[in-house]
Amino acid sequence: MDIAALLAAVFDPQILLTILIATLYGSFVGAMPGLTATMAVALLVPFTYFMDPVQAVAAIVATTTTAIFAGDISGALLRMPGTPASAAYVEDSYALARGGEARTTLFVSLFSACIGGVVGVLILATATPLLAAIASNFSSDEAFWLATLGLSCAVLVGGPSVPRNFASLFIGLAIATVGIDVAVGHPRFTFGLQDLYGGISFIPAMIGLFAISELLREAGTRPDLSLGKLVIEPLGTAIRNATRRMRANWRGIGRSSVGGTLIGALPGAGADIAAWIAYAVARRVSKTPEKFGTGHYEGIVNAGAANNAGVAGAWTPALVFGIPGDSVTAIAIGVMLMKGLTPGPNIFESDGLLIQTLFGAFLLANIVMLFTGGLAVAVASWILRVPRAILMPSVLLLSMVGAFAIDGSVTSLWITLVLGVLGFAMVRADIPIAPAVLGVVLGEVVEDNFMVSMMKAQGDLTGFFSRTPAAVLGTITLIVWAALLWRSGRELVRAFRTDDTARNANP
Amino acid sequence: MRSALKLAATTALVTLSAGAALAQDAACDWKPERAVTYIVPWGAGGGTDANSRMLASMLEAKWGTPFNVVNRTGGNGVTGHSAIVNADPDGYTIGAVTVEIDTMHWIGLTDITYKDVTFLGMVDIVPASVLVKADSEFQDLQSLLDHARENPGDLTASGTSLGGIWHLALAGMLNAEGLPPDAIRWIPSQGAAPALQELIAGGVDVATPALSEGKGLIESGDVRALAYMHDSANSALPDVPLTSETLDSGWTLAAFITAGGPAGMDENIACSYSKAMEEIFASDEWAEFKKNRGADVVQMPRDEIEPFVAKTDEDLGAVIKAVGLAAQ
Repeated sequence: MDIAALLAAVFDPQILLTILIATLYGSFVGAMPGLTATMAVALLVPFTYFMDPVQAVAAIVATTTTAIFAGDISGALLRMPGTPASAAYVEDSYALARGGEARTTLFVSLFSACIGGVVGVLILATATPLLAAIASNFSSDEAFWLATLGLSCAVLVGGPSVPRNFASLFIGLAIATVGIDVAVGHPRFTFGLQDLYGGISFIPAMIGLFAISELLREAGTRPDLSLGKLVIEPLGTAIRNATRRMRANWRGIGRSSVGGTLIGALPGAGADIAAWIAYAVARRVSKTPEKFGTGHYEGIVNAGAANNAGVAGAWTPALVFGIPGDSVTAIAIGVMLMKGLTPGPNIFESDGLLIQTLFGAFLLANIVMLFTGGLAVAVASWILRVPRAILMPSVLLLSMVGAFAIDGSVTSLWITLVLGVLGFAMVRADIPIAPAVLGVVLGEVVEDNFMVSMMKAQGDLTGFFSRTPAAVLGTITLIVWAALLWRSGRELVRAFRTDDTARNANP
Repeated sequence: MRSALKLAATTALVTLSAGAALAQDAACDWKPERAVTYIVPWGAGGGTDANSRMLASMLEAKWGTPFNVVNRTGGNGVTGHSAIVNADPDGYTIGAVTVEIDTMHWIGLTDITYKDVTFLGMVDIVPASVLVKADSEFQDLQSLLDHARENPGDLTASGTSLGGIWHLALAGMLNAEGLPPDAIRWIPSQGAAPALQELIAGGVDVATPALSEGKGLIESGDVRALAYMHDSANSALPDVPLTSETLDSGWTLAAFITAGGPAGMDENIACSYSKAMEEIFASDEWAEFKKNRGADVVQMPRDEIEPFVAKTDEDLGAVIKAVGLAAQ
C-alpha cells in the first residue's frame, strides 16, 4: 500500500470538507428526538448521488458516528434518546443533567464515543483483510450459510421478543421474493409491472420502513420538548470534569470498545444492541451496580463507547461478505453498489486504495467529531428548539428525493410510501423493523445461493455440508436455529400461560 | 445445426445499402437544445455503464447540453430497454442498447426487438472467453470439450443468469461442436464477478464471461484462459487461443453495446448523432479510455449496425431454441 497516496486521498480537501459537514449534519439529526442515525443516512442518499465513491462512503461514516453520539444530547436534556443507541443509559444521563452536570455528562459521552469509535476502526482495519483472505475461498454453499446466519442473528438480537422478530424477518423475506429470480429467470409477484422485474430496490424500501413510518408516528404524537429549568455549567469545568471521569473508567472503556465492535459485527445487531449489552455487562462487573440508572457515569462511559465501536464493527461483514451488520450499512451497501463498488472479498484487491481511504476517513471522522460534537454540546439547547413543523416536512421531502434518486422511477416513490405505511403498522404492533430490513437485503442472497448450490449438487441437500468451511458454518447456523426455536417456543408457551392465568383470575 | 455464428466485429459483414442511402439525404445538422436523458439498462460500475458514461460526457462536451446518464436496471435488461424504445423519438431520450435486445424476446421476457430501435452508433464489441481455475486439469479447450463429450453433465460452468449472453456463448459453442448444449451444466449467477468468485472457490469448473471481465484474474495467475471466442487476438491478452482457429466449427461469440433511440427517429437527428459519435470514436481521448480498459476501439459505420444486430438476432435465436430456452 502506497502510504503517500493513501494520505493524499484521506486528506483531500474535498473529503475533509465532506467529513466536517457530515459530522455537523450527524450531530443535528442525531440530537433530534425521533430522527435516528439510520434516518440520517437514508436522507443523505440523494446527496451521495453527486459524490464520488470515497466521498459518499466518508459522508455516511461521519454522519453515523456523530449521530450515534448526538443521540445522547436529547437523552440527557429531554430524557428522549435521539437514537435508540442512547436508550440504554438515558436515565443516568438525564439524572446527571438535572443535577447540574448536563455538559459534563455530554462530554463524557463524546469522549467515550470517540475512543470507542477509534478502537472500532482499528479492529475493522486489521480484521477485514484477514477475513477477506478466508472469504475469497467461499463458494455459494458458504455464502448461503453466512447469509442464513445473518438472518438468524437478526432474529436472535433484533428485539426482545423472538416471535415478533421472526414475524418481522418473514415480512422482509416476503418483500424480497418480488422480481425475476436468478435461477430460472421467472418473474414473481410483479403484476406485469416492468419496474418490479428487478425486485423491490432496497433503498426506497428502507427509507419507507424507517423514515416514513417514523414521520407517521410523529404526526400522531406531540412530544414535550420544553427544556424546563436547567443549570448549565461552564464549558471549561465540564471538559475538566469529563476528563477526570474518563480516567476513572479507562478499564471499562477498553472492554466496552472491543466488545461493542464484536457485537456490532453480528448481522442485525447494530449500535443499539452493543450499547445495551455493554451497559448490562458493566453493571454486572461493577462494584456499585445499585447506582446504575440513577445518574452514574460508569454506565454512560461503557455504553457510550460500545455504541460507537459497534458502528465500525457493523462494517466488517458489510465489506467482507456484502452482508450488512446493521441498517446503516445496509443502506451503505446500496450506495456502494450504485457507485459501482461491489462489497465482497474482491473489493480489497480491486479497490484496495478505496478501502484504505475508507478506514482513514472513518478514523478522521471520529477525531473531527470531537470538535463538531463539542460544538453541538455547546449549542445543544438551541438545536432542540428547531420547530418540528419545519423539520418533519423537510424530512419527508428528502426521503422522497432519496427514494427517487436511486433509479429515477416513480415506482420507487410508491414503494417508499407503501412500505412506510407497513413500517408504521409494524411499529404499532410492536414488531421491530431491523429484521425486516435484513430480510429484504439478504432474502435474494439466501435464495440465489441456495438455488445455485442445489443446481451444482443436482438437488442433493447434503451438498451444503460437503465442503469443510460450509460444514462448519452450517453447523453453527443449525445451532443458532435450535436456540431460536427453543426460545420462541418458551416465550409463546409463557404468553399462553399468562393469558390462562389472567382469564382464570377474572371469570 | 452446425453453422458457425459469425459475429465478427468490423470485417466479415456485408453492407446493406438502405440506411446509407437515407443518410445522404439529411443535412445532419441537428443538435440538442436542452438536456438529453441517456438510459443504461445495467448497473453502475459495469462495462455498459462505463462506456455509456464516457460517451455521454463526450457528447455533452461536444454539444454543450447536459447528457444525464440514468441506470434503469432490472428484469435482465427489460426495464431499461423498454424505457428506451417507449420514449418519444425526439432525440432527447437515447440509451445503451445491448446484445440482450437479441435474446430477451426469444426467451419471452418482452416483445421488443431490434426493430423497435433506431441505432446510432456501435460503442463496444465484447467477445466471450473460456476460463478455468489455474490448478484445473484442463490445459486447452479441446481436452475440456473431450471430457464434456465423454461425461455429459459432469462439469459445471457459470458467468451470468440462465439464458444470459455468456450462457448462450457456452451452450452455442457446445452445440456447434456437436455436443448436447447442456453437456456442461449451467449454474446461474448475478453477473461475471460472482461467477469468477465461484470459479476461484472451486464451486464451478468453467466460466465463460467476457475475456475483459476475467483479465485481472488471468494476469494475477489465478485463472487460465483456454479460449477467446473471437477471430482476432485481444490486444491486451494476445496469447489466448482463438476459437475461430482451434474449433472445427469456427465458433465465435461477442456481446455488443450500441447507442440507440426509439424507432421512428427523424433521420436528421439520427445521422447527427451518428456523425458526432463517429468523431468521438475516432478521437484520441476515446482511444485512451479504451486502452485503459484493455479493450479495442470499434469503428462500425452506422449502416452496418442494424444488419449486424439482425444477424446476431437470428443466430442467437437458433442457439436459444437449441438450448430449449425459447418461449413456447
